Amino acid sequence: MTSPALSLSGSASIEGVQVFAPLTFTVPTGQWTCLLGPSGVGKSTILRLFAGLDDGITFDGQIAISDGLTLKGRVSLMAQSDLLMPWLDLPENVCLGARLRGEAADLSRARHLLALVGLSEHLDKRPAALSGGQRQRVALARTLMEDRPIVLLDEPFSALDAKSRAQMQNLAAELLKGRTVLHVTHDSAEAGRRAPPVLVIEPGGITCPTPPTSPPPRAFDAPETQSFDGHLLRLMLETT
Amino acid sequence: MTRVLRILGVTALGLILWQSVVSATGLPRFILPAPTLVFGTLWDNRALIAEHALVTGAEVLLGLLIGAALGFATALLLAASRLARAVLRPMLVFSQAVPVFALAPILTLWLGYGLWSKIAMALLIIYFPVTSAFFDALMRTPTGWLELAKVMGSTPLRMLWRIQVPAAMPGFASGLRLAAVYAPIGAIIGEWVGASQGLGYLMLLANGRAKTDLMFAALIALAVLTLVLHAAIDRLCRRWDR
Repeated sequence: MTSPALSLSGSASIEGVQVFAPLTFTVPTGQWTCLLGPSGVGKSTILRLFAGLDDGITFDGQIAISDGLTLKGRVSLMAQSDLLMPWLDLPENVCLGARLRGEAADLSRARHLLALVGLSEHLDKRPAALSGGQRQRVALARTLMEDRPIVLLDEPFSALDAKSRAQMQNLAAELLKGRTVLHVTHDSAEAGRRAPPVLVIEPGGITCPTPPTSPPPRAFDAPETQSFDGHLLRLMLETT
Repeated sequence: MTRVLRILGVTALGLILWQSVVSATGLPRFILPAPTLVFGTLWDNRALIAEHALVTGAEVLLGLLIGAALGFATALLLAASRLARAVLRPMLVFSQAVPVFALAPILTLWLGYGLWSKIAMALLIIYFPVTSAFFDALMRTPTGWLELAKVMGSTPLRMLWRIQVPAAMPGFASGLRLAAVYAPIGAIIGEWVGASQGLGYLMLLANGRAKTDLMFAALIALAVLTLVLHAAIDRLCRRWDR
């Protein structure tokens, strides 16, 4: 599987109101890129454009994919809410995509992926019997099951408690390695651990601050992670 | 257990109140028969009442079954097709402007004095609540689920069947619960307009002969029938509640 780079250049509006001014950025191939910014600067709109959920969005510009193919069928999405179906057990939830496309569901692979995210003891359960962190693990297994080269993350960890969030970040970093990941977040600490690259979106455009030299994901308590987090937070504060 | 005790308590209280009104006022038995008399009549005529209750029960069940199936199918069609929404929805709303009761004589004329005119009444009376409850629920599917399905490459029909329908089952269940209470009303009105069997027919017959105690006995049988039906539907629907 080759994971293409994505690039976007243009501006967008919803019902005549501008969501973001003209901007240009590239999400490099096979890397985890954070798109950091305060609420209301159009991060989610950008993600929706890549996901093909562009109903109601007027986009003036273009989206390019490095291998020249379309995005259709090559993107998977993890949202802030786990979006699990309460009437399905965990393996069936993981196989949802196959069911919706009318393909055969590979339940044994689903169980394998659920074990990979640490849920092998909960296979027969329904989502309601799980904690918030466990539910996002199922969502991650579902994303892995889709096996798409491009993964879009819309603040999937933001509703979790600090411990679950840190565990999920590490797990996702490990399991999504090699894919082109665009991770929208408003949490500078989260972005600070992941960089490079971090794109900071602001009303005026996009900047790409110089990240620390150590490879991501960095330790939470490393001084350079902390100082980069502070730097990103300052950037966000100064622009709004 | 406390719930059963409470229901029994309330029933006993009602019966005591009824009996004391009769004793205190000395109303003649053809105006308000005492509960002791009504239950005596109910017991003495149990075979007769059971026979008529069976007919009404069959009308109600068939009306409920067919009406719920039609309502389910209509709501699905409305949810699946914009064209169907544009054409059918105004018709559905308009149909509600005609009181279903007013249709009973026409239905009897068309379908005869047998079971089918009553089944049609029960069906008509529940069709709209079921359709409307299920359709509303289908259209209220959380957007996030639909967007996830779209990104996964789902076809609209599979999205409807695999996500919208299961997500809307609690709505369908609440429509069915309403239907369980409405359907007997439809069947009884159908029987009042013209029938030779059923609890509604028995009530009219008893009324005509000033057998008010038998009328009350039939009424109690009808209430029990409705309660049992509602409890059964409620149990059936519980699996869809979340």
